[in-house]
Amino acid sequence: SPDKTEGNRSRSIEKILIANRGEIACRIIRTSKRLGIRTVAVYSDADEGGLHVKSADEAVRIGPPPARSSYLNASAIIQAAHRTGAQAIHPGYGFMSESAEFAQLCEAEGLTFIGPPASAIRDMGDKSASKRIMEAAGVPLVPGYHGNEQDIDFLKLEAEKIGYPILIKPTHGGGGKGMRIVHGPHEFVESILGAQREASASFGISTILLEKYITRPRHIEVQVFGDKHGNVLHLYERDCSVQRRHQKIIEEAPAPNVLNEFRSHLGEAAVSAAKAVAYHNAGTVEFIVDTLSGQFYFMEMNTRLQVEHPVTEMIVGQDLVEWQIRVANGEPLPLAQSEVPLSGHAFEARIYAENVSKGFLPAAGVVHHYHPVPSSPTVRVETGVEEGDTVSMHYDPMIAKLVVWGENRDAALVKLKDCLLKFQVAGLPTNISFLQKLANHWAFESGQVETHFIEHFKNDLFVDSTDAIAEETSNAAKLGASLVAACVCRQEQLALKDNFHGGDCLHSLWYAHPPFRVHHSARRTMELEWDVDSNGIDSKLLNLIVTYQSNGNYLIEIGDSDSPALEVRVAHIGHRDFRIDADGLSLDVSLALYSKDHVRHIHIWHGNNHHHFRQTVRHKQSTDDATDHKPSFEMASHPKGSVVAPMAGLVVKVLINEGQAVEDGQPVLVLEAMKMEHVVKAPCAGYVRDLRVAAGQQVLDTTVLLSIKND
Amino acid sequence: MEKFSIDPPKKRILPWSPSRRHRKKLRCISSEFQEHGWNPHSTPIPNRQGIVLAGGGSESVRRNRSRNKLLPRERIDRLLDPGSSFLELSQLAGHDLYDESLPSGGIITGIGPVHGRLCMFVANDPTVKGGTYYPVTVKKHLRAQEIASQCKLPCIYLVDSGGANLPRQADVFPDRDNFGRIFYNQAQMSADGIPQIALVLGSCTAGGAYIPAMADESVIVKGNGTIFLAGPPLVKAATGEEISAEDLGGATLHCKISGVSDHFADDELHGLAIGRHIVKNLHMAGKQRAMNSLSSSLRDYQDPLYDERELRSIAPTDHKQSFDIRPVIARIVDGSEFDEFKKLYGSTLVTGFARIFGQPVGIIGNNGILFTESALKGAHFIELCAQRNIPLIFLQNITGFMVGSRSEASGIAKAGAKMVMAVSCAKVPKVTIIVGGSFGAGNYGMCGRAYSPNFLFLWPTARISVMGGNQAAGVLAQIERSTKKRQGVEWSQEEEDKFKSKVVEAYEREASPYFSTSRLWDDGIIDPADTRKVVGLCLSASVKPVPDDTKYGVFRM
Repeated sequence: SPDKTEGNRSRSIEKILIANRGEIACRIIRTSKRLGIRTVAVYSDADEGGLHVKSADEAVRIGPPPARSSYLNASAIIQAAHRTGAQAIHPGYGFMSESAEFAQLCEAEGLTFIGPPASAIRDMGDKSASKRIMEAAGVPLVPGYHGNEQDIDFLKLEAEKIGYPILIKPTHGGGGKGMRIVHGPHEFVESILGAQREASASFGISTILLEKYITRPRHIEVQVFGDKHGNVLHLYERDCSVQRRHQKIIEEAPAPNVLNEFRSHLGEAAVSAAKAVAYHNAGTVEFIVDTLSGQFYFMEMNTRLQVEHPVTEMIVGQDLVEWQIRVANGEPLPLAQSEVPLSGHAFEARIYAENVSKGFLPAAGVVHHYHPVPSSPTVRVETGVEEGDTVSMHYDPMIAKLVVWGENRDAALVKLKDCLLKFQVAGLPTNISFLQKLANHWAFESGQVETHFIEHFKNDLFVDSTDAIAEETSNAAKLGASLVAACVCRQEQLALKDNFHGGDCLHSLWYAHPPFRVHHSARRTMELEWDVDSNGIDSKLLNLIVTYQSNGNYLIEIGDSDSPALEVRVAHIGHRDFRIDADGLSLDVSLALYSKDHVRHIHIWHGNNHHHFRQTVRHKQSTDDATDHKPSFEMASHPKGSVVAPMAGLVVKVLINEGQAVEDGQPVLVLEAMKMEHVVKAPCAGYVRDLRVAAGQQVLDTTVLLSIKND
Repeated sequence: MEKFSIDPPKKRILPWSPSRRHRKKLRCISSEFQEHGWNPHSTPIPNRQGIVLAGGGSESVRRNRSRNKLLPRERIDRLLDPGSSFLELSQLAGHDLYDESLPSGGIITGIGPVHGRLCMFVANDPTVKGGTYYPVTVKKHLRAQEIASQCKLPCIYLVDSGGANLPRQADVFPDRDNFGRIFYNQAQMSADGIPQIALVLGSCTAGGAYIPAMADESVIVKGNGTIFLAGPPLVKAATGEEISAEDLGGATLHCKISGVSDHFADDELHGLAIGRHIVKNLHMAGKQRAMNSLSSSLRDYQDPLYDERELRSIAPTDHKQSFDIRPVIARIVDGSEFDEFKKLYGSTLVTGFARIFGQPVGIIGNNGILFTESALKGAHFIELCAQRNIPLIFLQNITGFMVGSRSEASGIAKAGAKMVMAVSCAKVPKVTIIVGGSFGAGNYGMCGRAYSPNFLFLWPTARISVMGGNQAAGVLAQIERSTKKRQGVEWSQEEEDKFKSKVVEAYEREASPYFSTSRLWDDGIIDPADTRKVVGLCLSASVKPVPDDTKYGVFRM
């Protein structure tokens, strides 16, 4: 009735509950605050005290850490909204964002779901159904099988029809979870089973589809937006080709090396796709572009605001979260297609806690040091963590998104490289230096991006091969170590002086700089351990000798080294930032220090370098007589044949039994962490001994799972 | 009181501040000082120092390292708070004292902070004669304990010694201030609540075994550390028992079975780390130094307006030349500000108040011979400082009390006695720096070694003897001549000159600061440019939370 419409119009959203966590929750809260809308955060026990909780006006605890019991717990979220009087729910991305049931539940509970209609989510969420709709709407599709028949033999026949290589995908979900590439029929069955298991674990539905696997594809997606009045427009495309483990790490907008004509074809196809499902709110239509043929095919539609939406915002100068709220309020789109500006170029680099050298395995741990680059109109840092927070193994290990804008691609790239250089994270392994290598790669610089970029250039990106590079790296590390020694001396001296000053000038005299010695200069030695390669296999001990000179400078010599002594002057700028003068060069350096497992870690950022050193801290209490002390197995290096958990996670399946014979490389266990499955393989042939774990057990990294013995 | 200031303050200049090092300090020294004063580049301190710092020579240092042992100064560096200062004492002890060289007297002593707490370190140097105790080694060890006892500093003994030097046992073993006194002192200090900590980093044989055994807490290093009353050779000789050093008195035995040691260290670095933890865990209930209790020690202070390095050239090397003590004071005290007391009376003694690193001090410096008035003024000023609990700094440059009939008639002996009485009884921290001459009773009145100043340091320009060489030669020649005359022996002028010059030469040698410091008549020779720092560190170590009451004896009026 007209009355009711009137009532709805007057009730614009005043309070939003954000059913998400991390950076996206913070991002939504920021726009809401700007619009004068109050915010409610929800959190699991793992996120108590998290940044999104602190940023929101109110916060409600919704359950224990596992997502299934918290961020995926629809009733708890709805209850939280009622309890706090929120009128709308923003789902962010991931979690409930693409749950048609949840969208429907919201509407049924009288809450505005800030997102597309449930019908559109359902249509696009089922990948087979969406392809049928797209086919009808005339949107080009990749050859494949999208039917309901899930019989393995049937699927295998279909695969042969399409032709290998084949891509297996779950019909539901996204983010690369459960995807498998199959190069030939011999791998087919195992891959199908794995994909189904992972799909059912992540999304609760195990149906899969088959597609032709395009060997040199680009991943280009179009941002679309619709309102409740039937208007749909596109906000140009993003290139998200650079991926690892089927997940994007660098995105950019607009796509490089794309003609305007192609761009408008793509945009029109995306708008048609959205219109075919009566779409409103933010969405993304993903296309796969075959770089060899120049063809593009519809892949899927993401019915949510995506992780990489900021690159689009940067080139069109709009706030998409604001658009989402306005559309949810029933307002028409603020622009017409012809009015959408396109200005400059933007990049987004995703900074993850992960072990790049161990195949990008997710990492968990404490962010001991976190100094992102400062934000500006052209630099955005979307972050959900603060220094001291823990990146938990329960959720996605993304730490931050770095978004930069420039007049053109080259200018933006210069800025991206600079920001990556200055983005400081320490305490857990990150992909920052890998992102730097990517951004500096000649092929990336020239825009020759494609989905297998990392695999194609892995020799450039992972190996520090030549002797020349090794020597350069080693010299840089020695310089880094020398600067660390000088800065640590300075820092400790300042800290001690502060600690023991107590208002007594006389006493603080003992901590004067340089330290007093009768007729000679004070010296000290410092041992720093440095990983020669990123895998941490080959490490080198640098023995530094620091002489405190009467003019306040530090003279640094490296033992067993022919490099000349370096005189360093250190000025303290603030916290852990220093200005260094050494060898006629003046530069800013930053330090991060923290202790973990009796080891002191020191990071230094200097010039183009970031180095990480370790210092062994002595045990405070001795273990008495070492002769009758047996080291526990965690301390000792593991005996040959031990199979150690590569990461912290949950054992989902044990594939072997105690005493069973296994072959070299045979899968023995399946581990799940961060919702990804990892197959643990036998390191050698032999018999299974000492099987210590069972399915359902949580393990830590370095936990010994079992051992393989020859007898 | 008249305000004495050398120049109107123009700039505030911080010392040791590299960012300001380019600023030139004010200079007020005439070029004359530059020519006649002590020149650090031509005098032998640095050379002697080089020998001293090298320890027992490259071969024994190499052998020491091969056993995974650090040198004693490196051990101390690892115990100190990182990058903190260390006030080493009597570096030149034993210098030229014996036929064989004995760098630093075979033992390193000094004061430095551990977890913010000042401690006295006593570290044997195993590279010097196996760390055995020569007479001067004992003396240096006892002096360190004396300072620790006086200043209530926890003692950390870094033990690595073969015990008493057997060929010199007669000069080491039996007397009151010999080897045994070390353990007596440990017992007394422990009773007095001054922590005694021993780190056994090497051998600890015979009498040496009592150092860890007498300690409140001790650490022993596996492999290197041994404690036994008799080593394996002696055991074999005495009882026929054959046993290894480690089994006889190693870390395992003493930590597990005998209980002689408390902490087991896997290696030397571990042992030193445990040493730091022991200090961290000290809790001297009620005895911890309360900040700001003694004085209104300022939160902030001004550096001297004049360059401290100019102190190197103020005192002339020719001792007949006198010099004004005020430019010395101006380079030691905060802001070069000195409030002189009784300036116009007894002007050969300069007295007044100043601050050093914020700590109020009373300064007494010589500006010539002590007359009756000067001595009375000195006694008055010392009483004043003792009354107000202000530490005293003596800057000695004294040829003695005035002699002659007028002087005696004015009762100079009485006046001198008053000053000596005041100095002896004043229970405030006292630091003496001998910047020039230190002769006769002047040495007494100006708080010489016999008056137990908390610390006493020399400049390289110092001379110490009962009187000047020429005066002594004159006196001795006179006596000699009258003896000869009585015996009816002719004494030619030539013979007399030869006699005199021999006396002068002996006095000259024995008055040298190096002669003094090698015998431990002082706590070391310092670079004059370090005077302010050293005095500051000494004051920091000697200022007590609760001042002692001063009680005087009977003053002869």
